[in-house]
Amino acid sequence: MTGIYAENSEGIFKKSVLEAASYASKIQNGPVTAICVGKPNEGESDKLAKYGVNKLIVIDGLNAFDAQMYSEAVTKAVVQAGINTLVIANTYEAKSIAPRIAVGMNASLATNVIAYPDMSNGFTVKRGVFSGKGFAYVKLEKTNKIVAITPNSTELIENNQSIAVENISAEQSNSSTQIISTSKAAGKIPLTEAEVVVSAGRGMKGPENWGMVEELADLLGAATACSKPVSDMGWRPHGEHVGQTGITIKPNLYIAIGISGAIQHLAGVSSSKVIVAINKDPEAPFFKAADYGIVGDAFEILPQLIQAAKNH
Amino acid sequence: MKILVCMSVVPDTTTKITFTENNTQFNTQGVQFIINPYDELSLTKALELTEKNGGTVTVATVGLADADAVIRKALAIGANDAIRINAEAKDGQFVAEQIAAIVKANGYDMVLTGRESIDYNGGQVCSLLGAMLSWPSVNVCTQIDVQDGKAIFERDIDGGRQSISSALPVVASAQKDLCEPRIPNMKGIMAARTKPLQVVEAISVENNSTYSLFESPQAKQAVRLIDASQAGQLIDILRNEAKIIA
Repeated sequence: MTGIYAENSEGIFKKSVLEAASYASKIQNGPVTAICVGKPNEGESDKLAKYGVNKLIVIDGLNAFDAQMYSEAVTKAVVQAGINTLVIANTYEAKSIAPRIAVGMNASLATNVIAYPDMSNGFTVKRGVFSGKGFAYVKLEKTNKIVAITPNSTELIENNQSIAVENISAEQSNSSTQIISTSKAAGKIPLTEAEVVVSAGRGMKGPENWGMVEELADLLGAATACSKPVSDMGWRPHGEHVGQTGITIKPNLYIAIGISGAIQHLAGVSSSKVIVAINKDPEAPFFKAADYGIVGDAFEILPQLIQAAKNH
Repeated sequence: MKILVCMSVVPDTTTKITFTENNTQFNTQGVQFIINPYDELSLTKALELTEKNGGTVTVATVGLADADAVIRKALAIGANDAIRINAEAKDGQFVAEQIAAIVKANGYDMVLTGRESIDYNGGQVCSLLGAMLSWPSVNVCTQIDVQDGKAIFERDIDGGRQSISSALPVVASAQKDLCEPRIPNMKGIMAARTKPLQVVEAISVENNSTYSLFESPQAKQAVRLIDASQAGQLIDILRNEAKIIA
């Protein structure tokens, strides 16, 4: 039986959760069970139903996120529901609980999975390794399995079901961790889930010039990112740094402005479906990794792009 | 306080990754190996914490004898001693089982790992250890401090940041920004030669996964250049030809 962990983002199931549902019902070849913590907003369970979920188990009674308690409650629900293959979107939350659930249900765990499994001889998944510089095929040997899939890797597959919602309650025990404060950038698209990313590097000359980058990103519904030097110099927050020692992303479109394209940076973005490089140096390595390129000064190119994006 | 730092030995970030033996093995020929950059951050943070609060820092690595040179570098940076579990690191679960056995045998107040290794990118070991030891685990930390017997963390969450406190013992993973990695000095390099490096045999664990085949990313076709004076055309192309934006 295949199931998913549906991360509940303040009542909402994000696209990455729907991708997990599609993935699970594709490998199950039928409807699947979803497990979430906390009551989702009105109508959210219908989103799951559209992508192959016919049962949603809602775990009530847990307060703030605590990796230990969440994992224990989810493990219990997974075992009760008879789930032996659990699909989960590979987010920060997933990374803090999927390994704990794997220990709880004695499962083989694969993270960074980017394609459907080959089930002709066991269960072999393809995952990203070497920080974007390679892929590996790995066979999960245990009967129980957890597959954490990278957002934007697999498609949404409609498979309408009617969904039954079951509420179970978990016991709130004494937590050994305590959340002091949480800050979220309101309305911003998390970089790892963005379908379009506008990224800029040292070619922007200084943090005061990022207005244009942000304007273009807004017009394209994109998240903003940056290169390592830019985050090292404090021009942009480190959470925007993509590359081998930053975040590896896989958007549909990656626009790199004033970034030369060092191997460490390319490693983090080379899985993007379409790459655009804008650089004044025609020899910049990024042009070898790009689908489209413009050789020119960012300060002349960006206003043209913003204008063109507005004319629509 | 006693801190254990889990360290992976990984190819240098500038390495061009290739595979051999019909793409079943990573080609290590000519590759320079380094301390996994995130583990270097946890090592430095562990040193900062013990300098402030007293205590010792032990480094643990799952690897064969060729990892020793990199382990000596960690000792040169300042770790007090090191343990090498003499086995190839099969996968994150194998590594976590080995480290958990060390922690249970020796007892630590805090275990630090990197956010992930830059070779296999599992990002699993921190939370696996938490579950195996029944400890709290805190991932992707950009700040770690210990005050009044409690650990205080700042960590990345999806789309934001969170400040969180935890009882000890605790396991946490390092994210970029945690600290500036230290570079070993001459004195450290000399001292590292005689610091204890204990080699222990691996415990046997159930098989989790088998790596069968590797693949390199597909080479891109030649870039299509758009004239800088007609840059606006790019938006048209992305919209109407590539159909990648609305």
